[in-house]
Amino acid sequence: MTKAISVSGLHKSFGRTHALDGLDLDVESGEVHGFLGPNGAGKSTTIRVLLGLLRADSGASQVLGRDPWSDAVEVHRRIAYVPGDVTLWRNLSGGEVIDLYGRLRGGLDTRRRAELIERFELDPTKKGRTYSKGNRQKVALVAAFASDVDLLILDEPTSGLDPLMEEVFQRCVAEERERGRTVLLSSHILSEVEELCDRVSIIRKGRTVESGTLADLRHLTRTSVTAELAGPPNGLARLPGVHDLDVQGRRVRLQVDTDKLDAVLRSLSEAGVRSLTSTPPTLEELFLRHYQNEGAEEVASL
Amino acid sequence: MTATSFAVRSGGSRQLAGTGTLLRFALRRDRVMIPVWVAVNALMVLSMPNTLKGLYGTAAERAGLMRQMETNSSLRAMVGPVFDDSLGALTAWRVGVYAAALAAVMSLLIVVRHTRDEEESGRQELVASGMVGRRASLTAALLTAAVANGVLALLVVAGLAGQGAAGALALGLGIAGVGMVFATMAAIVAQLTESARLARGLAAAVLGAAFVLRAAGDSATVDGSSVLTWVSPLGWLENLRAFAGERWWVLLLIAGAAAVQGAAAYELAGRRDIGMSFLPTRPGPAAGRLASAGALAWRLQRGSVLGWSIGFFLAGVVYGGMTEGAADLVGDNEQARAIIERMGGQAGLTDAFVSAMVGMLGLIAALYVVASVLRLSGEETSGRAEPVLAAAVGRLRWAAGHLVIAFGGAALIMLLAGVGFAVGYGEDVGAILGACLVQLPAVWVIGGAAVLLHGVLPRAAVAAWGVAGAVLLLGWVGPALDVPQAVLDVSPFGHLPKLPGGGMSWAPVLVLTLVAVVLVSAGLAGLRRRDVTT
Repeated sequence: MTKAISVSGLHKSFGRTHALDGLDLDVESGEVHGFLGPNGAGKSTTIRVLLGLLRADSGASQVLGRDPWSDAVEVHRRIAYVPGDVTLWRNLSGGEVIDLYGRLRGGLDTRRRAELIERFELDPTKKGRTYSKGNRQKVALVAAFASDVDLLILDEPTSGLDPLMEEVFQRCVAEERERGRTVLLSSHILSEVEELCDRVSIIRKGRTVESGTLADLRHLTRTSVTAELAGPPNGLARLPGVHDLDVQGRRVRLQVDTDKLDAVLRSLSEAGVRSLTSTPPTLEELFLRHYQNEGAEEVASL
Repeated sequence: MTATSFAVRSGGSRQLAGTGTLLRFALRRDRVMIPVWVAVNALMVLSMPNTLKGLYGTAAERAGLMRQMETNSSLRAMVGPVFDDSLGALTAWRVGVYAAALAAVMSLLIVVRHTRDEEESGRQELVASGMVGRRASLTAALLTAAVANGVLALLVVAGLAGQGAAGALALGLGIAGVGMVFATMAAIVAQLTESARLARGLAAAVLGAAFVLRAAGDSATVDGSSVLTWVSPLGWLENLRAFAGERWWVLLLIAGAAAVQGAAAYELAGRRDIGMSFLPTRPGPAAGRLASAGALAWRLQRGSVLGWSIGFFLAGVVYGGMTEGAADLVGDNEQARAIIERMGGQAGLTDAFVSAMVGMLGLIAALYVVASVLRLSGEETSGRAEPVLAAAVGRLRWAAGHLVIAFGGAALIMLLAGVGFAVGYGEDVGAILGACLVQLPAVWVIGGAAVLLHGVLPRAAVAAWGVAGAVLLLGWVGPALDVPQAVLDVSPFGHLPKLPGGGMSWAPVLVLTLVAVVLVSAGLAGLRRRDVTT
């Protein structure tokens, strides 16, 4: 499969701030790729480099097989972009802006435009100054989904949408995937990412700390196990990968590295299992682990 | 803390709660802008007695000047009648109206900036959700303007006291008073429109109308007694007659106008919701025809191009009409020519007048070109340029749309000024059109400076206003102030051939055009290389 986006070792500084510090990112064609990271991690900076709005200090980047800086216009013909903070011209109507954006890209599918306006319940006759934040985002989203492009770059596109519209958005992204388009989705809404994304990249302080399918990443984290046993547990504490073991009579709660789960289950069944709940790690836990590592590292270095 | 205690103590007038805090905040935000405006204005006024002493040193020269002003309606239209031959009276005559106009511009900018701008950006919502009374923001804006005008008045009174305390007091209070008349007028306009840009435009149009009315009135009568002069707040300053038997009651007129307008602004503000206006927004089309960055640029700028076109055409008509008066003057009087020449014109009275007027319009066109070029900067910093540049639009094409309107628009408005002259005057059409167009290379150089700043130092792009302002001041008062030639030469306008009347020389025109091309190219090269700012 060809790569829609491939970035390696990207560096970008603003004065003394190192916004990107050797960032890597690979997005396969046709996938929905989640782009996660805490505020200020460099997500928007990366996206702006991919759009040729910022010039990277060093590192290699290719978007749709071309250089995003020197071939900006050619690349942009096949890209639709939705910023997190949409500002519109105060005296242009939403419909005018949608058509403008569509024509400035590869063109607009008018049937899909009409359908999207209906689904997002957008009034296209209102002027830019009278839209709320959510409605401004809908203008940009309708323009992006109705544009005839290969790659959608969405930078926290749903931060102002209500839950109903969030659902419409998720269906739209799923449809984009079915049509074979590639989506790079930067988001803080983890349920959204879990629902939509084939693969995710997590970045922190301008560097990629994790990248892969959700299944891959889950493998790297711990599963919570709660069990009620027939007899007293035996030797659980000695098993590798077991953490936070809490034994109260025949009741056992523990966390285990997911790749060591097998040994734990065998040990439990030796004692006889009456009931068992096992919770796979959520993306949220995954996320928190990476975000909180930051604090842990700082403590360790003191 | 202060806001809280103020609100609690003043029970009944809680509408004003927080005014003090907002005033200090506004003064802090304007800590550069207000001192610059006040200092430039005060400098212009206070340097005038010395200059005039050099120009009209003897009693005979002053008497001659007064005779000239009585007989020449065109000169009166430009600078108003002279009421007395003392140095103080001549100072009030020469700069009073202009200082008041500058104070008016400063005041309307301050008021719109702290009222409609705040509402339009949404910042006002957050401020108003605090312990802030309903009338506090408008009051703080007007007080900010009052502080600026008050300091200006103090400087003028103190600086001119040597010419006569009463006259200095009258002139200082008059200039500041006219400033406040326009501050309160802007406060009304800010209630009417949803857009701060439109509010500034309308307020500036009122100021322009006031200037034209005064000019028309003064050209009609010898002593400023025309109804037209009395309709214009700038005419009030003239009729205050500082240093020439002050008519103190005119100050009451000024104060009364400011008070009535202020009351009207409060009344209007009390009747509307935050962010709303009395000129409501109509819905637009559900589908659009804009299909390129150039079309978008035109859509964004066409309103202002139209406004400038009308303004320049009307100015041409008005000045063209006055030219008739200059031509009608019996004989080609030495003294009158001397005056006009000192204003930067050329020999031959009609030509001199036209040349001076066209030169002034050229300087004002520099403001248009800067405003138009800086739309690029506004689009970029507001984040609206980003999605456009993220579409299949190259940076050069994006910039080109706005630059064609800026540089071509400058040509258009100068041409329309020439057409206006033709309508108002009716002779020498070709020569006057030529005189208008010959201003363009200098206008373009200023536009080129703005492009360069935006392309290379995007965060300092607003400094282009400083360039235009400096050039305007040099052209406006530079010759009268006996500024060294080396300084005058900094302005591109100083190098233009003086048309009509003077000989046409292509060298400076071509060199200036080349300079403009180089500046624009360098700016665009910078724009292509740099990061897009937010």
